[in-house]
Amino acid sequence: MLSSKASSNSHGQDSLYFLGWQVYEKNPFHEVENPSGIIQMGLAENQLSFDLVESWLRKNPDAMGLKNKDGESVFRDLALFQDYHGMPAFKNELVEYMAKIRGNKVKFDPNNLVLAAGATSANETLIFCLADPGDAILLPTPSYAGFDRDLKWRTGVEIVPIHCSSSNGFRISMFALEEAYERAQKLNLKVKGVLITNPSNPLGTTMTKDELQSLITFAIDKDIHLISDEVFSGTVFDSPCFISIMEAAMDSNLKRNTDVLSRIHIVYSLSKDLGLPGFRVGMIYSNNQTVVSAATKMSSFGLVSSQTQYLLSYMLANKKFTSNYMKRNQKRLKKRKEMLVSGLKKSGINCLKSNAGLFCWVDMRHLLCSNTFEAETDLWKKILCEVGLNISPGSSFHCSQPGWFRVCFANMNQSTLQVALRRIKDFVERSRFNYQQNMASLSRKLIGNWVRKLSSADSEEQER
Amino acid sequence: MGLLSRKVTCNSHGQDSSYFLGWQEYEKNPYHEVNNPQGIIQMGLAENQLSFDLPESWLAKNADAAGFKRDGQSIFKELALFQDYHGLPAFKKALVDFMAEIRGNKVTFDPNHIVLTAGATSANETLMFCLAEQGDAFLLPRPYYPGFDRDLKWRTGVEIVPIQCTSSNHFQITAPALEEAYQQAQRKNLRVKGVLVTNPSNPLGTTMRRDELDLLINFITDKEIHLISDEIYSGTVFSSPGFVSIMEVLKDRCLEQTPVWERVHIVYSLSKDLGLPGFRVGAIYSNDPIVVAAATKMSSFGLVSSQTQYLLSAMLSDKKFTKEYMAKNHKRLQKQQSKLVSGLAKAGIGCLESNAGLFCWVDMRHLLSSNTFEAEMELWKRIVYDVNLNISPGSSFHCSEPGWFRVCFANISEETLKLAMQRLKSFVDSVAINNQSHQELKNSRKKFRTKWVFRLSFQSFHDREQDER
Repeated sequence: MLSSKASSNSHGQDSLYFLGWQVYEKNPFHEVENPSGIIQMGLAENQLSFDLVESWLRKNPDAMGLKNKDGESVFRDLALFQDYHGMPAFKNELVEYMAKIRGNKVKFDPNNLVLAAGATSANETLIFCLADPGDAILLPTPSYAGFDRDLKWRTGVEIVPIHCSSSNGFRISMFALEEAYERAQKLNLKVKGVLITNPSNPLGTTMTKDELQSLITFAIDKDIHLISDEVFSGTVFDSPCFISIMEAAMDSNLKRNTDVLSRIHIVYSLSKDLGLPGFRVGMIYSNNQTVVSAATKMSSFGLVSSQTQYLLSYMLANKKFTSNYMKRNQKRLKKRKEMLVSGLKKSGINCLKSNAGLFCWVDMRHLLCSNTFEAETDLWKKILCEVGLNISPGSSFHCSQPGWFRVCFANMNQSTLQVALRRIKDFVERSRFNYQQNMASLSRKLIGNWVRKLSSADSEEQER
Repeated sequence: MGLLSRKVTCNSHGQDSSYFLGWQEYEKNPYHEVNNPQGIIQMGLAENQLSFDLPESWLAKNADAAGFKRDGQSIFKELALFQDYHGLPAFKKALVDFMAEIRGNKVTFDPNHIVLTAGATSANETLMFCLAEQGDAFLLPRPYYPGFDRDLKWRTGVEIVPIQCTSSNHFQITAPALEEAYQQAQRKNLRVKGVLVTNPSNPLGTTMRRDELDLLINFITDKEIHLISDEIYSGTVFSSPGFVSIMEVLKDRCLEQTPVWERVHIVYSLSKDLGLPGFRVGAIYSNDPIVVAAATKMSSFGLVSSQTQYLLSAMLSDKKFTKEYMAKNHKRLQKQQSKLVSGLAKAGIGCLESNAGLFCWVDMRHLLSSNTFEAEMELWKRIVYDVNLNISPGSSFHCSEPGWFRVCFANISEETLKLAMQRLKSFVDSVAINNQSHQELKNSRKKFRTKWVFRLSFQSFHDREQDER
């Protein structure tokens, strides 16, 4: 009766990533009203810098009231504006903002920018443009859980993971790339591209120029596309600074290959840096005119509200605001991340060294009772239900090694983070105590058995 | 270079049709009362521009709704973070109430059954993804909105099989036509998953009668398929007969507990009635909880901006505003439509009698040089380039009879409409004069030839007479 898409679970939303949210929804932490509730640490949102945006809004009521700088209503123009090429003023501001995030080391052409209703829409649209059903995209793991829905569900495209491990900080090695490619071939899947998230979700790390250039070389070599999801590019708060795929591609050695730019596509969004996921602003940037043209038509299925385009074009046009925002936001993110890292360290828990993102990639392997994903799920359940923290287990990011968790830090205030850290500390101590108790009782048991064995051997001898 | 997908390299987005080409021509030379009075008048755009003053003045009196405030308190943070694909509860409630109001409160809708999407474009595509596989088919009465070729088929891989409707019965859907379309799909080895109708119709501007709706329900019950009722123009019904929603008919026939209840789905949008296409507000309404669940997840690909949801929830919750808006909007639409109809009549052009929509379905068959689509194209080109009116040819709506055109009236002012009618009249008059003189020329040539032949034969007769003497 219904399509297989509607009746299957290929939307991927039965994963633990989403289940954790559901449990949280039933018992959410509130400092005053529900202080023993579950603290949400599974939501990669930036809630640290609203005050900056809010203060700008207070000073610019016309932007919200759909009036222009002369105080005249532009309601009618906006109400009618549904051109899938997007509002020119908005695109101009966006490309400048994107360039600013990249230290102005690259420039973007607004004509190569296609707006979409969030990066969710942008990613799916790009896949529709680059691949046919049954084709494959290579994706380094661990990767964002939502990709199972965004890249595969309605497109019919497969994901073949590039396995990355803690042995080299989860970096993408050429070996892993080739291995993934071969695996796809063995499965009779035509590889159409590689999709990376840079900065990475869930790792919180940025890629080096060498890594990027290796990827570009790989893409040229295999004659495939390279999608760089850079939604977290504005959240880089520490060195090394952010290097965009575009910057890496501009390198003179690679530039000689004239079509290199036509196979590189960037996805961006205002949901992470500016903390505006509700406004649904995403985009595709491509130098490939065929892709731009097709993606533009496809954006009909997810245009950005003109009301929102107008407000944000106004806001981003204020360069003083954007400079101030970027600086202060990054400072706050850094401070909050450091608080999480040091707090976890006090509990004997380490994180992958990171310089970006709204989360840390946390190593809890030593807390597993066995090096298995079952043990990881057990630990996750304990932390969710007993400790009252919704953190995201590595398996929901398709991590190949059990024991890693993504823990978000930017979606709560400082005191809530402190509560969370205290709870973890208590949990770890309890676990250690229990472990010691268990160990002690186990030792006692073992010694008891040994003693019993010895004494029975004695008595046997005596009886002979 | 890595190959792109087939979706990109083919042209199944359907945007090469004349419907869109006409727009492009208009863009190059758009009419402006002052700056370009000779330019092309856009009559191919089904937009409602007659009632902006009403929401604009509401906005001026309710700055908080646009200013992210509730009871004077800022809720910016809450809205900026709100990306729940279940939609803003207050907005969904206001929307279902508005939908019920449009239907004279003869049906009520449950906000838990509504899924918000970025426009009806997104809603229609999403429903296809939920109800059909690649290669399945949906039956659609023709003429139909050209955008459906993109919205229903492009990325979904679903096929459209048209249901033949003709002017002989005002393009209404008949049982034989439905059956024939179904058989045609079968012959092509296509599995039919449902029927999609637009009610009120684009491009006809008519509402479906109860017996048509009954017919559809019987058909889908018999074939065990779905029915999608695209009711985006439901708020533009300006004269009798009133709008009868498919839900009303299902209710009247007490079909709520039967399987067919869950196979009927409605698509709605605020782009046409409220004239807000830029805000991207569409919705799917379904009684099937599985469809609602799947469509809700799919709506991730086209959520409505929370900023917009909040503004419109406030506006639509203002019952005084919605009542006033609907009454005034209907009146203005009716007035403008009758101006178009009478203007066309003065030019000797008739339209299909209509009671809804933002356009008329205009009969220009008598202006064709021949009863062919080539002739229709010729006429269309003349009207675009010589008369400078962008109207939409019936072929772009897949009409099976040449000579029909969709002409929009709600996106231009009364003065512009008047000018358009003047231009049309001049054109028709000149065609008549040309035809007349052409005919006269033809007649005189005929007369001359006859005289000459007569003279000849008389001559020969005379000659023969002479011979025979």
